[in-house]
Amino acid sequence: MRSIEEINAKIKSGKVVVATAEEVVGLVKDKGVKAAARQVDVVTTGTFGPMCSSGMYFNLKQSTPKIKCGGGRVTVDGVTAYAGWAAADICLGCTALTDDDPRNAVYPGLFKFGGAHVIQKLVEGQKVKLEAKAYGTDCYPRKEYSAELGLEDFNSAVLFNPRNAYQLYNVAINLGQKTIYTYMGVLKPRIGNANYSTTGALSPLLNDPKLRTLGIGTRIFLGGGQGYIIWPGTQHVAEPKRGEHDLPLTPSATVAVIGDLRGMNVKYLRAASLTGYGVSLSLGFGLPIPVVDEEVMAFCAISDAEITYPIVDYSENYPLGRVADLGRVSMAELMSGSIEINGKKVPTGCLASRAVGRQVALELKQMISEGRFLLTRPVAPLPGAQLAAAL
Amino acid sequence: MAKKKLVLSFPPRLIQEPVTYNLIRQYDLQVNILRATVHPRERGRMVVELQGSKKSLDQGLAYLEEQGVQVDTLVQEMRHYDERCVHCTACTAVCPTDALTVDSQTRELVFDASQCIMCESCIAACSYGAMESQF
Repeated sequence: MRSIEEINAKIKSGKVVVATAEEVVGLVKDKGVKAAARQVDVVTTGTFGPMCSSGMYFNLKQSTPKIKCGGGRVTVDGVTAYAGWAAADICLGCTALTDDDPRNAVYPGLFKFGGAHVIQKLVEGQKVKLEAKAYGTDCYPRKEYSAELGLEDFNSAVLFNPRNAYQLYNVAINLGQKTIYTYMGVLKPRIGNANYSTTGALSPLLNDPKLRTLGIGTRIFLGGGQGYIIWPGTQHVAEPKRGEHDLPLTPSATVAVIGDLRGMNVKYLRAASLTGYGVSLSLGFGLPIPVVDEEVMAFCAISDAEITYPIVDYSENYPLGRVADLGRVSMAELMSGSIEINGKKVPTGCLASRAVGRQVALELKQMISEGRFLLTRPVAPLPGAQLAAAL
Repeated sequence: MAKKKLVLSFPPRLIQEPVTYNLIRQYDLQVNILRATVHPRERGRMVVELQGSKKSLDQGLAYLEEQGVQVDTLVQEMRHYDERCVHCTACTAVCPTDALTVDSQTRELVFDASQCIMCESCIAACSYGAMESQF
């Protein structure tokens, strides 16, 4: 139908036709897959939600005398960073906390400040306080260093996430007798509520369920800037069980991503304090899907009513790793505000933002339409996937 | 029948007074106490829903004023900070009334302060500090 090169030529000449994954649902209903695939060159997707496996690494500008942080101790605004690399390469995970944070000792913990808050402050243009202690060597004699630094003061500052953008996720409920505090939010006892975390028909990896158009090297929208898929995410499931429309039945594909923190923006990068659970980083993530054949369009046209998620109990089954079939619900049902479980009407709440996910997809659409974002052909598929021949 | 949701603030000298009892007995009002706190020597506060005939309600409110009870509407008590909100809607699942709902078109959060009963369930459910109680 069309290759990535042809799409990029259209982007450069300003003739590309882009639609969001929400928009193509209606388009395919009206015109059919064939006509829609002919009309649209690129489909944009988007999500925004807590992605705990996020962090940054940065490289410190040396002062005189030089310091070797590697093997020493580094904190940023009191939050523990990882100093196990070279002299000036430091890693800060979004879930890291300060030593004096009470955590869950005062239950449920509030987790008001952690690595994600440091990252958000930097992206907002604020300065953070870096403190390093080192053991000192002949070539790096300094043993202590402390400075107020902003994003522009580092040699580089990179967002690096080993696992983001789960393809499909659980709907969390609590079958127990007391309120529990989880990464899926506050869950009230006796199925008091059901929480989900997905943007459904707009969800990046769900729109290409067999990963035919993305892989290592794919350029993406990340945190308001541009980033890349660099590896399968940790816990990536290469061959998930699939149901209707080849959609996976349980949480499956994930991706590792990277992007320059300079150029990101707090509209799409926000620290989250999950009560009783910890700090996380909410990120805007958008995947452009090149319409290289009709199959691509058919997958993008899958609607909220057709995507279903497994219901999982987080009071016992999840923590103990037990598998129990509590049924499935569709995205459309979840979005209605309540679902029915065992004859009981249960209110639903979402951890991912469909409203911001929509902005991600629209912003990515605009970037592509205006020639500011070119598509990339993956250099390798993700495990278990086969790239589309037309790519 | 008229109905009003109000915040009543009692100065210390009134803490021993059976104000609620009087509202019920003398003014024939239904008093639904949604929330109450007493800070000794400082003040007492109560979120109430008062229901009765228009006349009883007016007279009851006049009585409160006469006693020196400060009467406020609820709107200022629970605040939704729009610039902090990411519209994830996690709060809507724990809201026992329809104070927090989702707009089915925009998928944005809608906060209707008049429905809020100050239970504060939303505060723990919000990861972004977008809901704050002034109670």
